[in-house]
Amino acid sequence: MASLRVLVGCKRVIDYAVKIRVKPDKSGVVTEGVKHSMNPFDEIAVEEAIRMKEKKLASEVIAFSCGPTASQETLRTAMAMGADRSIHVEVDANQAEIIQPIHIAKLLSKIAQEEKADIVMVGKQAIDDDCNQTAQMTAALLDWPQATFASKLEPAEGGLKVTREIDGGLETIQVKTPTVISSDLRLNEPRYATLPNIMKAKKKPLAKKKPEDYGVEIKAHQEIKKVEDPPTREAGQKLETVEELVTKLKDGGFI
Amino acid sequence: MMKETVSRLATEKIKPLVRSMDEKSEMDQSVIDALFENGLMGIEVDSEYGGTDTTFFNACLVIEELARVDPSVSVMVDVHNTLITALFMNYGTKEQKEKYLPRLCSDMLGSFCLSETESGSDAFALRTAAVKQGDYYVINGEKCWITSAGHAGVFLVMANAKPTDGYKGITCFIVDRDTEGLSIGRKEDKLGIRASFTGTVTFENVKVPESNILGQFGHGYKYAIGMLNEGRIGIGAQMLGLAEGCFENTIPYCRERKQFGKRIFDFQGMQHQIANVAMQIEAAKLLVYNAARRKEAGLPFVKEAAMSKLYASEVATLTTSKCIEWMGGVGFIKDYPVEKYFRDCKIGTIYEGTSNIQLNTIAKSIDQEYQ
Repeated sequence: MASLRVLVGCKRVIDYAVKIRVKPDKSGVVTEGVKHSMNPFDEIAVEEAIRMKEKKLASEVIAFSCGPTASQETLRTAMAMGADRSIHVEVDANQAEIIQPIHIAKLLSKIAQEEKADIVMVGKQAIDDDCNQTAQMTAALLDWPQATFASKLEPAEGGLKVTREIDGGLETIQVKTPTVISSDLRLNEPRYATLPNIMKAKKKPLAKKKPEDYGVEIKAHQEIKKVEDPPTREAGQKLETVEELVTKLKDGGFI
Repeated sequence: MMKETVSRLATEKIKPLVRSMDEKSEMDQSVIDALFENGLMGIEVDSEYGGTDTTFFNACLVIEELARVDPSVSVMVDVHNTLITALFMNYGTKEQKEKYLPRLCSDMLGSFCLSETESGSDAFALRTAAVKQGDYYVINGEKCWITSAGHAGVFLVMANAKPTDGYKGITCFIVDRDTEGLSIGRKEDKLGIRASFTGTVTFENVKVPESNILGQFGHGYKYAIGMLNEGRIGIGAQMLGLAEGCFENTIPYCRERKQFGKRIFDFQGMQHQIANVAMQIEAAKLLVYNAARRKEAGLPFVKEAAMSKLYASEVATLTTSKCIEWMGGVGFIKDYPVEKYFRDCKIGTIYEGTSNIQLNTIAKSIDQEYQ
């Protein structure tokens, strides 16, 4: 098992603690001058990959990110956490706007083959577009088994035993490697990148690539019509009696 | 990235404990552990000794980020990095470095013992004495206002080993905590930075081998003063972070609180005050960063260090006082974090050289420049 190579996708997104603002022309959200960090679910994926390496289940952890130059910071974070090296597929700001899961899935599947990865690990979704598609599409393109929403990974004969969080509870499945895994919130609690490791990460290799290097064309398959703030919540009313409440609820069609 | 990591660590691991640590006047062990685990205790130390191996400037950024959340934690990290590990790195022998630095980076706090009851700003009045007996020195005396004394595993003690030479007899000794005759006195009950341990350390016939002299015999005073010059930039960074943290905790309230039908922030009288304070915080930041940059570039920095510490502590005093006024009643109670910054900032005009001492240093530098 010790020869497993893990490829982890790390998306740079607006930091989870930032209050999102919609652009005045409704074409998207304000990203300029806004703090960005690694998608929290991807951070969980990176953590799991590093733990696999620490348990000697994996031999190498490669971090991947596609985005503008600033995505390299995200990769440095992954390397400061413990990834061995990383691959940055750089796109310009215009292309970055139109990137969709299918583009990332194509890149991931190409890189997985080139790097002879045994596991492709990504977050179940990114906190900006909430797509939840990349893992599934990557598995389809590679024709590999997939284990999504993983909350526990254990080594098993010829592959991995994966506990998945599904609507009704927990489902345990077994997949053969090579495989694609997507991490759910409870898979682990990611570590901090320690200061000495941040320094060491500066010296780890970071390969700079273009989408063309993998024969992937970044073109929009859909158009954003408009982005709007969620409706503001209307003020409630105070009622005197239970009867009044029941009447109101009935009138509103809630019961 | 380092700044972000420290900021996240401070918000997630330290912030929830700030209030109770202040109340109890006690540093939580989990905070100390987290600081060691994440490499905040050997910022400038070479990686061969387990340090982070980065710059003085980055150390200042770490101190600033921590002070935004808790100035008590910040000062502990400041003293440990800018005084203790720096002294070992600069003057330690290979054996001393190998023995102490790996532990100072991973699990042992250090304490710097200079001040005495009769010797504060006036370091020449130092009374703690070290008398040579064979291969050993016997130290007797009492040190006070010692930061982190209760948690420290090793003490750097300034003692006079040749009183006939005056301050040129002051020598720096490495004293382990478990050395016989060393005792930690009572913990001071302070106005601010209450979670940081401050107390007396007593030396009663403490025997240390000659090999425990750090650097050269008789150079202790020189080292102490030299280190304090750098240390002042660290305190400047602490006061800067403190002012920023207080400001950040106040402005959202001013933007929400409504009186006379509009936000407090919308009153021009408020806007001008807020703008003025923000400008002074920015000016303090430039002074601190410039002093750190000069130190790192090997340029003279004594005057700039004194200026940055003095100015940043004055700005912190102004900012915290104004923030309480802007918050009104809630600024005065402990349910909000603002009053704590007000108490914490006062020490900034006192330790590592009082404001008057900083002015003396600045004036002395100017006098020399025009010679």
